[in-house]
Amino acid sequence: MNSLLNVILTTDFAFSVLRVTTPILFAALGALISNRAGIINIGMEGIMLVSALAGVVVSSYTASAWIGLLGAVLSGTAIAGMLAFFTLKFKTHIILGGVAINMFASGGTVFLLYLLSGDKGSSTSLPSKVLPSIDIPLLQQIPVLGPILSGHHILTYASILAVIAVYYLLKRTPLGLQIRSVGENPHAAQSVGVSVVKIQYMALLLSGFFASLGGAYMSMGYLSLFTRDMIAGRGWIAIAAESMGRSTTVGTALTSLLFGGAEALANALQVLKIPAELIGTLPYVATVIGLIVYAIAETRKKRRKLAQKTN
Amino acid sequence: MIRLKYFEVYRTAAVILISLAIAFIIISLVSSQPVETIRIFLFEPLSTLSRMGNVVEMAIPLMFTGLSVSLLFKTNMFNLGAEGIFYISGIVAAILAIHLSMNGIMHPIVAIGAGSIVGALLSAIPGYLKAKWNANELVTSLMFNSIFFGIGLYLLNYHLRDAKAFSNVSYKFAETAQLDKIMPGTRLHTGLIIVLVLIVLAHYFMYRTKWGYELRMTGANREFAGYSGMKTAKVIILVHLIAGFIAGMGGSVEVLGMYNRFQWTALPGYGLDGALVAMLAKNNPLSVIGAALFLAYIRIGADLMARLSDVPSEMISIIQAVIILLISAEQFLKFWKNRMLLKEAKLHE
Repeated sequence: MNSLLNVILTTDFAFSVLRVTTPILFAALGALISNRAGIINIGMEGIMLVSALAGVVVSSYTASAWIGLLGAVLSGTAIAGMLAFFTLKFKTHIILGGVAINMFASGGTVFLLYLLSGDKGSSTSLPSKVLPSIDIPLLQQIPVLGPILSGHHILTYASILAVIAVYYLLKRTPLGLQIRSVGENPHAAQSVGVSVVKIQYMALLLSGFFASLGGAYMSMGYLSLFTRDMIAGRGWIAIAAESMGRSTTVGTALTSLLFGGAEALANALQVLKIPAELIGTLPYVATVIGLIVYAIAETRKKRRKLAQKTN
Repeated sequence: MIRLKYFEVYRTAAVILISLAIAFIIISLVSSQPVETIRIFLFEPLSTLSRMGNVVEMAIPLMFTGLSVSLLFKTNMFNLGAEGIFYISGIVAAILAIHLSMNGIMHPIVAIGAGSIVGALLSAIPGYLKAKWNANELVTSLMFNSIFFGIGLYLLNYHLRDAKAFSNVSYKFAETAQLDKIMPGTRLHTGLIIVLVLIVLAHYFMYRTKWGYELRMTGANREFAGYSGMKTAKVIILVHLIAGFIAGMGGSVEVLGMYNRFQWTALPGYGLDGALVAMLAKNNPLSVIGAALFLAYIRIGADLMARLSDVPSEMISIIQAVIILLISAEQFLKFWKNRMLLKEAKLHE
């Protein structure tokens, strides 16, 4: 137990929590926006994978990390756009559409990687760039807080700003209001002149945008190359975080941090010989429990209402 | 004149043709000798008996998961849990195949039976949560996929792993546990007979029994079925039990039929492929056979293409994605259906 505390109570550990939370947080914010508009985007994993590869490929061909980031964001958003086109225009079932996106990404990225580098495992032969990390002046001199909060990857800071931006978007802007109204009652929204399809397009594109920032972080920050299936379930954890955060911005951000902490713990505990496979399931177990608690509460509420009506 | 009732058949055919056309386009763009590569992709699986055998072997797990998912989809349950159940039941069967000593008849029966029952019970969890408290079966089943995978991988790495083997695989199964081969020159095993029997039984169950009727009614409209006096909660739990049983049996059969050690260190993907098979089969048990064979055929074709030419086999997942997107697209070719409707209406005037 003592050695466990020794691992957790270090600034290194706190630093690594923020580091592993970043991709989960981005994708969870994406899942949040599309869910609030009433569409479950389970293609997160696939969108992140595609944008991770695009970042590596574009940055190695243009020799610029920033153009690489742009490429990652554009391709991830384009995949979300494809999903939106099929589900909103052709009425493909959104869940099956998401399954298709994930299938497409896991094979398609390997296919493209092999064509470009002759390797099916990783992009070691591509001279890709990484985005910089930033030391924050003043903050970095403060003891404890400095080593935890300063020196992070630029996208880690961007993910924190993204939480604020999404909060503001949903709460304070006309688009946010329309997204929420479409999600809560599309018919009512339609009746007051909101174009449901247009808003859902926007929401899916935004979800792709945020997920692709998470993907870009994976290959241009967390690691400095692309490896096959490198998202490794983070898209699912993000969906779990959104679900457990009860589709609120603050809740989603906090659960993402919690799940990031669980992942950092799993990494740290490997030293202590506690099976990482089992710890890795914790976010999913927590989500199932959260869902059950919520579902029971909702059912009771409904029954109570029914009972009141009949009295 | 095209008859309306065949519309879905034509639509499925159109989707398959479009996806093959996309495959040809990709091959033409990538390959240095496209014509030869397309020939390999399309016809090489038929070239020898053992390759035809490969197609059917590959179709066996797809039939199991396709059948399992068909039953769930038919009840309008969006449960994608076949993936995790296929994996964890495979682990259960592997444990019994390694540790029990029995004769060659009882051993596979016990191992497969245990895998199937574990699958049924685990699958019932999201079913129960859905029936009782209306918890979203899609999200819970997806979460359980990751949970079962984590537990299974833990069992493999910490309890089953053979330190003497070169890679991350389990101890060898007892010879008695492995399924018999049924055709010389191929690796076809008795699992094929099991799955075909199961498909016929499922068809009978779905279209000839009271339970099957209730299942289809619940799928069509749960509230209406409830008002007509059906206990829909019971139906939902039952269909989850059956679907889990079938997926679990599929995992067990695959492990004992095709391997002599457990060696999946990632989810094998058959559960999600099962969703694709179910969609191609329009959730009809008998059609699952054809859909699974088709998917297996293009996969073996792609594997051979990767081995004999310069196009990697991962192309197939792009094709699969296109098939899923188009086949579940209600609006795709709708205009055609509408035109047919109009024509028929005019005829009857």
